Amino acid sequence: MSDIIKIKTEYLNKLKNVSDLKEINQIKSELFGKSGKISDEFKKLGSQNSEERKKISSELNDTKSELQNLIEKKIKDIEINEINLKLKNERIDVTLPERTFNRGKIHPVSQVIDEISSIFSEIGFSVEEGPDVENEYNNFTALNTPESHPARDMHDTFYLDKNKKFLLRTHTSPVQVRTMLKGKPPFKIIAPGRTYRSDSDQTHAPMFHQVEGLHIDKNINMAHLKGCLNYFIKEFFEVDKIKMRFRPSHFPFTEPSAEVDIGYEMKDGKIIIGEGDQWLEILGCGMVHPNVLKNVKVNPSKYQGYAFGIGIDRLAMLKYGINDLRAFFETDYRWLSHFGFDPLDVPSSYRGLSR
Amino acid sequence: MKFTIDWLKDHLDTKLNDEKIIDKLTNLGLEVESFQSQPSELDNFIVAKIVSSEKHPNADRLKVCEVDIGKNENVKVVCGAPNAKQNLITVYAPPGAIIPKNQMKLSVSKIRGVTSYGMLCSEAELKLSDESEGITELSGNKYESKIGKNYFSNNAPKVIDLSITPNRADCLGVRGIARDLAASGSGKLRKINSSKIKSFGQQNLKVQIKKEKNQGCSAFGTFLIKDVKNKESPKWLKDKLLSVGQKPISAIVDITNYVMLDLNRPLHAYDADKIDTEILVRNSKKGESFEALDKKKYVLEDNMCVITDNSGILGLGGIIGGTRSATEFGTTNILLESAYFHPKSIRKTSKSLNIDTDAKHRFERGIDPNSIEEGLLVAANLIKKICGGTISKKDIQINEKFKKRKVSFPVTKLQSITGFKVSEKEIVKILDSLGFKITKKKKFLDLIVPSWRPDIEQEIDIVEEVARIIGYDKIKTELPEKVRIKPTLNKQQKLFHFLQRSVASKGYLETVTWSFTDSKINELFKEDKKEIEIVNPISSDLNVLRSSIFSNLIFYLKKNLDRDFKDISMFEIGPIFTGYKPGEQEIVLAGIKSGLASRLNWIEKDRKLDVFDSKRDVMQTLHEIGLDINKIKIDTKTPNYYHPGKSGAIYQNSFDKVPIVFFGEIHPNIIHKVDIKTDALIIFEVFLDRIKISERKIKDMKSKFQYSDFQKSERDFAFVLDKSFEVQELIKIISDVDKDLIKSIRVFDVYEGDNIDQDKKSVALNVTIQSTNKSLTDEDLNNLNKLIISSVENKTGAKLRS
Repeated sequence: MSDIIKIKTEYLNKLKNVSDLKEINQIKSELFGKSGKISDEFKKLGSQNSEERKKISSELNDTKSELQNLIEKKIKDIEINEINLKLKNERIDVTLPERTFNRGKIHPVSQVIDEISSIFSEIGFSVEEGPDVENEYNNFTALNTPESHPARDMHDTFYLDKNKKFLLRTHTSPVQVRTMLKGKPPFKIIAPGRTYRSDSDQTHAPMFHQVEGLHIDKNINMAHLKGCLNYFIKEFFEVDKIKMRFRPSHFPFTEPSAEVDIGYEMKDGKIIIGEGDQWLEILGCGMVHPNVLKNVKVNPSKYQGYAFGIGIDRLAMLKYGINDLRAFFETDYRWLSHFGFDPLDVPSSYRGLSR
Repeated sequence: MKFTIDWLKDHLDTKLNDEKIIDKLTNLGLEVESFQSQPSELDNFIVAKIVSSEKHPNADRLKVCEVDIGKNENVKVVCGAPNAKQNLITVYAPPGAIIPKNQMKLSVSKIRGVTSYGMLCSEAELKLSDESEGITELSGNKYESKIGKNYFSNNAPKVIDLSITPNRADCLGVRGIARDLAASGSGKLRKINSSKIKSFGQQNLKVQIKKEKNQGCSAFGTFLIKDVKNKESPKWLKDKLLSVGQKPISAIVDITNYVMLDLNRPLHAYDADKIDTEILVRNSKKGESFEALDKKKYVLEDNMCVITDNSGILGLGGIIGGTRSATEFGTTNILLESAYFHPKSIRKTSKSLNIDTDAKHRFERGIDPNSIEEGLLVAANLIKKICGGTISKKDIQINEKFKKRKVSFPVTKLQSITGFKVSEKEIVKILDSLGFKITKKKKFLDLIVPSWRPDIEQEIDIVEEVARIIGYDKIKTELPEKVRIKPTLNKQQKLFHFLQRSVASKGYLETVTWSFTDSKINELFKEDKKEIEIVNPISSDLNVLRSSIFSNLIFYLKKNLDRDFKDISMFEIGPIFTGYKPGEQEIVLAGIKSGLASRLNWIEKDRKLDVFDSKRDVMQTLHEIGLDINKIKIDTKTPNYYHPGKSGAIYQNSFDKVPIVFFGEIHPNIIHKVDIKTDALIIFEVFLDRIKISERKIKDMKSKFQYSDFQKSERDFAFVLDKSFEVQELIKIISDVDKDLIKSIRVFDVYEGDNIDQDKKSVALNVTIQSTNKSLTDEDLNNLNKLIISSVENKTGAKLRS
């Protein structure tokens, strides 16, 4: 038996039982090191004649690669085993809870204001605001409701002085007055905000929210008013069809005035908007009264248009199934978490108003 | 305004059924609040079932019954009837019910130590029969399904209740409503057949309206009716009044009420024998007083319109009569008044005295001035018919003549406002049926407004009349154009929305609280701001406008802590008030956070919230809304509700005088005063209106994109410096050494204690250095190093820690 075969047999046997990286490296250097057994055999080649050399070198090369391959494979196996073992030891129960995070929420009133603004933005309304504290003129007189007018009694007003000159605005309509006084027609605005009336029970809160709408231009008539509100209601409730009814009514600052009802039905204790044969009063509107236009220095023989006022809290209640108005303002952590909206959920026309 | 369909049919000849009439009313703008039978006292009596019956612990003959009355909970009733057994179905009367037999009103009472809620009734008590031996026994088959329902069916005629808007004075009488319905094509308005009056002699009780400034009465008409016999009203009249919930009093009073409800013509009847000599209608003098029919004494101010005789005040004109001249059953001679009082005068007087009556309600809105005579005639005829007597000639004093109102109406106006077209013929027909007198004049209609419509003054009123009679369903729906000329939100409004969502995204729940608050809590956050009181608050703990949002947030935080929430993060964005004039308010975002940053979590140690949690939320938010954080300045001048040593004020620019943010821990005194139990409480405020925002859009503000790929180096320094020296300043000094090379500075340790003087602290910083145009050599870096050390040492007196 040649030395080469001897070496081969010996080491193949040795390698069979080895499982330790150190031992393998030992074997590796015994065979292929500077004075390793295989290396030595290669050195011996020089003393052979050419024919012998050819034969032995081929045998030697085969043996070398066979042993080398085996060693490489062994090393790889061991490494994989070691990694596997390490990973096994590092294993952790990932079903344990994560680090704490808090979920913030946007209040339904704010969310609905954003929804409303998004809808009206599409048809060219911009947002105006006015102060919560108003003077008596802007809140009443300029809106064709002089002191002697019984309609004043319809608003239970919070006053800030004994002379009743300063008050908390009872509606968002004074923003109409402010907007028209400081600008020139045409006007196309909405004005959402806080409003105040001094009554309080299950369905009334001393503070609530309204959005005012105003569109004044040269040829705006009641058909535009109806179209605008029909569009808004449909978009807001995200329904294809809406049953809507205009009823004559009276507000001192609009004429003709209307109250608007929408159709609904009750299904499993929930209100379904847009269908059914029940009516729900949802807003007041009308053509801006010429007296109001005169008061704000707009010529009523040249300009005309409509205004409307909608209760925001009520819209939110109807859309999101909230029963109690007063709960909006009671800051119950459970309620806020339940009815609040994710801050990333910004209403927009392209993404849809709500998820 | 209440009336029955039958009453309506006195004036309207119609074939429409009830439903149709209700619909028509709605479409005319006469809002139907309800259409149901007048509630009756008998509605109280309910079918009930005895669930159990046990002997009364203290009385042998009494039983204590558990009774099912169809509600969630059974009621306990003590009953003496021998037949009060389990499963008996009977009639139950709750506390408050009036027993028909003896007119006794039930109340919750203790019977021999056991509280009894209401009563089980015998047939005799219900006036059904004479059976008084036991309680009513109802058949199980018939009544089992009716438990909780009314025992007596209410057969009263259904009443329409209209909510009449303040402009429609004319519809405060049934006839006015009938007129509107007739105009809308719902039937024909019947004629009033006022049979002629046979009058005997002059009205010889002198009546005079005093000519004076601010006279509130412009006409005063009277009949003197002698030798009447006042009595109970006949059934038809009583029923009519009862059907709309009015209480019959006596024929004379009932007749005046009836005419008021029927024709919207308030009247007043005086006992003529109680009038001292003559009547003078004049302005009151301050301090005059009288006792009114509501049994209250009123002390008057100057210039209230009063009806007087030679002995003093008889009543307030158009508002309320006085007891001195009231009619009684014994009254034999009456003076019947039908007058016109000015709405403004009525309103001023009634507001000042706080009186509301049916007459006041009508005069305030405007009564038909031409109805004085008709009212007198109709009422006098009825009085004569029911009470007999002789009627004098009428006497009508006129102080001021009623002017007919005229409106010239351009026919095209209708379409320009409503968007739909109506023929002139149709318009004329509608206005005619509403009582207008019409003269056609080319493109105009010259109109004389009916005297019962004080609300109609100008063109637009005519548009409304025609439109509402035709019906608003005629209005077309013009789809809105999707065109935007102006941005929807301005910069300030965008900031509001951004700020709101930015803070919410950091785990805060947004809340909305009242703009008013409790002055006692507000006091804690008010500092030197003015207290803005509400003159008429809804309750004493909501009596001022809030000077700070915290006045409410702290209150609701406490409520939620009481609900056993511990780690709470909330914010509100809204107004605070600095004065009681419009505009004296400011938008603030206020955040509050309580408890631990991490609680009972296996991976993190419990950690109390501190000022740097609050600062992180604020700084990140300021970053997000687009502020240049490198420009801001922080100092420690914070309001007194912040912890003086653990709070800061942020200025948008280092030279600004007014801070845009406060942040920090709350003052421990506040926690103590509000009585809150929490591990920690941090707060912050962002003053939105004070933030200066660039008018430029982001597209115009973006600078060129520049970056460096040259090697970055980091150097650590530790300086020992005075404890009071602010790190903000230290960082500024270092960064000022070379703004180009020094890219960032991190503070990685602050140390006070052993090895350091007591009044000193050690601050360790890591400085990142990078050039944009070359690789820095060791020499460059060493030079910069030296420069940093020398600058800090020279400017702060610090020493490099060795």
